[in-house]
Amino acid sequence: MPAPSRADILLPLADDELIVGWRNSEWTGIAPFLEEDVAFSSIAQNEIGHARALYEIVAEELGSTADALAYDRPLDEYRCAPLVQLRRMDWAATIARHVLYETADAIRIASLAASDDPVVAGIAARIDREEVYHRMHAEMWLDRLLASTDGRDRLDHALDELWPYGLGVLDEGRRPELRRALEERLDRALPDVEPAVRGRYEPELAELHDEMTSVRRSAPAGARW
Amino acid sequence: MTATRVWEVFRRERAGAPMQHAGSIAAPDERFAEIYAREQYGRRGESEALWLVPRGAVAEIDDFVDEFDLKYRRVDGYSIKERLREARERAGTVEG
Repeated sequence: MPAPSRADILLPLADDELIVGWRNSEWTGIAPFLEEDVAFSSIAQNEIGHARALYEIVAEELGSTADALAYDRPLDEYRCAPLVQLRRMDWAATIARHVLYETADAIRIASLAASDDPVVAGIAARIDREEVYHRMHAEMWLDRLLASTDGRDRLDHALDELWPYGLGVLDEGRRPELRRALEERLDRALPDVEPAVRGRYEPELAELHDEMTSVRRSAPAGARW
Repeated sequence: MTATRVWEVFRRERAGAPMQHAGSIAAPDERFAEIYAREQYGRRGESEALWLVPRGAVAEIDDFVDEFDLKYRRVDGYSIKERLREARERAGTVEG
């Protein structure tokens, strides 16, 4: 079996970052309070920035461009995990996804940072330096929700729903690590479930894909600002 | 959301510059305050360091009594225009 290409390794990560960035940005203007609005919007921008850096590396290998990879592919060529596709405009569900995603992402980024390919290891290390703050943000919200009965109930409810999706962010071999990290952090057992894996498309992704690609499609020759 | 507290944020633009008041943020606790201060006052490279001060730690003074109108203690207490003109005449450096 040939070694996986950079596109094989980085495109699922790039697509996750692009789509989770879009989903997080849907809170801009309506987050629970002003400071959180600024912080969560900034995280969304960071994720999309990571996506761009990753697409640029993949584009070089494929002879394409970052914009073409981000916006010109049909929906069923995106490799993003179902977790990031979901649209859940409920703050507890958003924090549950944030915690699941950031925990899974930390595991994935750590393994990429140990890659033999210096380009892959380099981009993973650069992304990780920003993800530190995303994890701090997820951690403090997690503690905040766990500190009250109402918060804990809402979070647990959202985690129960999203846990199969969280598992699906990682390859099979790394899922036990995610379970261990989360069970320890949440001080609760997580159920044995069938993971929601890449290649599956949630119905709401179509709407996002349509909106996300609309400017590109309206100016096929390339928009100039 | 439970009650938030206010932190006054000071920022230093570059090493050696004085800390200056940048604004304030509301946050439920110190961890949130730190994250929010980073995002609002540090992510554009506009700060070299931040200070976060709980508003309760700020001692405010806003009463300055001057019952006897001791205006000679104030910078606007003297009109020096006339005296400056006289001094310039003596020195022979009258302008215009």
